[in-house]
Amino acid sequence: MRFLIALLSILPFGATALAAQPEPGAINFQPAATRIAERIHNFHFGVLVIITIITLFVLALLIWVCLRYNKRANPVAHKFSHNTVVEIVWTVVPVIILVVIAGPSFSNLFYQENEPDLEAIAAVEDANPNLYPEAASEGWITVKAQGNQWNWTYSFPDELDSGGYPVEFVSNPLQRGLSSDRGTEANGPRNLATDYPLVLPVNRYIRYQTAASDVIHSWTVPAFGVKTDAVPGRLNEGWFLVEETGTYYGQCSELCGKDHAFMPIEVRVVEADQYEAWIESLKAGEDFDAAFDAIRPAITASIEEPTDAALRLAQAQ
Amino acid sequence: MPMDQVSVAHDDHAHDHKPGFFTRWFLSTNHKDIGTLYLVFALCAGIVGYTLSGLIRWELAQPGIGPLTGIMEMFGYQGDQAIEHAKHFYNVVITYHGLIMIFFMVMPALIGGFGNWFVPLMIGAPDMAFPRMNNISFWLTVAAFIMACISMLVPGTGQFLGFGGGWVLYPPLSSATGHPGPSMDLLILSLHTAGIASILGAINFIVTILNMRAPGMTIHKMPLFAWSVLVTAVLLLLALPVLAGALTMLLTDRNFGSQFFDPSGGGDPIMFQHLFWFFGHPEVYIMILPAFGIISHIVSTFSKKPIFGYLGMAYAMVSIGAIGFIVWAHHMYTVGMPSDMKAYFVAATMVIAVPTGIKIFSWIATMWGGSIDFEVPMVWAIGFIFLFTVGGVTGVVLANAGIDHALHDTYYVVAHFHYVLSLGAVFGLFAGWYYWFEKMFGVKYNKTIGYAHFWTMFVGSNLLFFPQHFLGLDGMPRRYIDYADGYATWHFWSSMGYAVTLVATAIFFVGMIEAAIRRRKAAANPWGEGATTLEWTLPSPPPFHQFNELPEVKPDSHH
Repeated sequence: MRFLIALLSILPFGATALAAQPEPGAINFQPAATRIAERIHNFHFGVLVIITIITLFVLALLIWVCLRYNKRANPVAHKFSHNTVVEIVWTVVPVIILVVIAGPSFSNLFYQENEPDLEAIAAVEDANPNLYPEAASEGWITVKAQGNQWNWTYSFPDELDSGGYPVEFVSNPLQRGLSSDRGTEANGPRNLATDYPLVLPVNRYIRYQTAASDVIHSWTVPAFGVKTDAVPGRLNEGWFLVEETGTYYGQCSELCGKDHAFMPIEVRVVEADQYEAWIESLKAGEDFDAAFDAIRPAITASIEEPTDAALRLAQAQ
Repeated sequence: MPMDQVSVAHDDHAHDHKPGFFTRWFLSTNHKDIGTLYLVFALCAGIVGYTLSGLIRWELAQPGIGPLTGIMEMFGYQGDQAIEHAKHFYNVVITYHGLIMIFFMVMPALIGGFGNWFVPLMIGAPDMAFPRMNNISFWLTVAAFIMACISMLVPGTGQFLGFGGGWVLYPPLSSATGHPGPSMDLLILSLHTAGIASILGAINFIVTILNMRAPGMTIHKMPLFAWSVLVTAVLLLLALPVLAGALTMLLTDRNFGSQFFDPSGGGDPIMFQHLFWFFGHPEVYIMILPAFGIISHIVSTFSKKPIFGYLGMAYAMVSIGAIGFIVWAHHMYTVGMPSDMKAYFVAATMVIAVPTGIKIFSWIATMWGGSIDFEVPMVWAIGFIFLFTVGGVTGVVLANAGIDHALHDTYYVVAHFHYVLSLGAVFGLFAGWYYWFEKMFGVKYNKTIGYAHFWTMFVGSNLLFFPQHFLGLDGMPRRYIDYADGYATWHFWSSMGYAVTLVATAIFFVGMIEAAIRRRKAAANPWGEGATTLEWTLPSPPPFHQFNELPEVKPDSHH
């Protein structure tokens, strides 16, 4: 029964995504929170239908030849070994299927990959689910995620504090499978929650950049449909726009050593005014923990030592 | 070719002197003995690789870090220290599972084992072109395997033993930054050695196939298994030197101050990935092409029909091999490539589906109109065709960079490549094993045990790998010792699938032991009229030296 319900959840739907994390027994994507993810899911569903039909077709042919041409049903084997028409058909039809897949594949790829031209989008008047003119008129918010062994440093290159430094903080996991693990269920799911999550506003064009300080990491949030490697010596870039407020979880997706499984990504997407208050409070060097507590409930187990970033912020004032 | 169309000169058994034990097995220059050595070696390495995958599934059966911590406690580590060691050990386990299964199980079994045994027999040659080089190839592979095993036990990084950076060996995790210890250097030496062994083997196969075919056997009459090994050997010859180059650059980066992959010196870690996958993608075809060849023979034999579309089948393998060299960056969609470059790799990758489809449909067309005998090898072959189709179509999904951004480095990828390798190459291996077992060892196996092995393996490996598609879609990343609790359901079932394959493996060994004890004398050709290739014209097992007088293939005979 649970399988049937899960099966039904494959059908495309437009439910609000208030939290995105793995669900027990799920057999499909986490709910989409961006147009990018929604397009991936829809396209994947189309390809899934095609490959399921192909697989069932091959299975049906196999069952048919086993039933019809087994030793008992057909004691004397035919000896043919060529049929030009059939061979042309099974070459051309797959080509056609692949061309059919390639069309939406490329448009999807370029939608995800090519940074949108916000000025052009802001001028668009027609309704288009891929474009957000209102958000475009407000411009980009840029955030950089730097992978370290084993946590993420987030910084906002356009948001400078009084000393001229960008707002920057380290997002540590609450759990590493050790006795020093912090947090309770109230702080978020095990192995996914962080002490200081990334905070972003809803319905704004976000440009994210990834970099790394030691080995390769990969920044990903399944509900956003984004995954970009963080490579030493490189600055990679991508974009998304989250349509629903909520908490979204991801996990490092490139093997980076011992604690690879313990460098989660937690993104709190909040209303614009909440975000403004949060970023202003960080810029002003006000109480670091209080700024985050306003966004989400405090970590119940006390955090004994301030993180490096909190110290650095304190020193910068 | 039907047997009446070839004239066969059996060896005079009076001249069939076998050398003494040490000379025969340690200084061997006989292609059949070397093939047997390769098969025994692959079986041993396979047990090691399979045990490592057992540790993975045991650890992942439940959320939390459990069994591996227990193992570390056995070695005297306590509390958090045991857990930290377990985390690194998990990475070591997944790394060596991959490397051992690829380099020391699938390749030695399919190419070294079946290739050595049956390429000379099928093309009517007395032996391989370079028998002594054949022996060097084998023993270098053994040396490489021993070095790989030792490298698990020497310091990798800090206090942790072994290299835990994945079989892809990406720097900086594999350079002095990530693993400064000697483990990685030993692993590089091991892979260099394995690479030399494979290159020598590839040269041997190419020369043998091009020069030593029986009179009348033109290249377009050559059996498809020989074709598959020829294409595989060419891929090895072209791909492995690139891996060797990348490994050498890594070695000098680690030890001699070069900075090929170090951005602080103007290098780029992504360049290693390009070099690695220029080797790595052909490598996956190196593993599956010989299985394609084996399946073609089995399907044709038990359908009692010549293979459908022989030339199409041969050139489908050639084109798969050729296209395999121009699609490598589809393993790297998330590294930060320009979108136009991704679009090219999407298109090139999807093209491979066409020759692969030709092969699947040609196998079915071979069965169509046949008189199918469901002998043990045939059920493995039919299982292969279906499971390879499942693995192939998820490859089409992953080829689309747009979707891959969601699925890259998740369990969906793990499910995909295990469907084509664990359920593809390995099913091909077992199909070949049951097809040629009597020919190689001269005794019959118990068919009931063979069927039982197939069905438990079929159920077990599907239960093991199919739920991993769901995990991947839901976002479960690869190479994780512990996961978010939501993933627990399917991880549990996946581990149960592994338990079923354990039963299957036990059945396999029972079958082999039974055959070894009973020693039922095998016929020269147990499969009847459908088995038309030259190896069935010889007794089982074949004489120590065969074809002293070359068999002749009549011009009008078909392949």
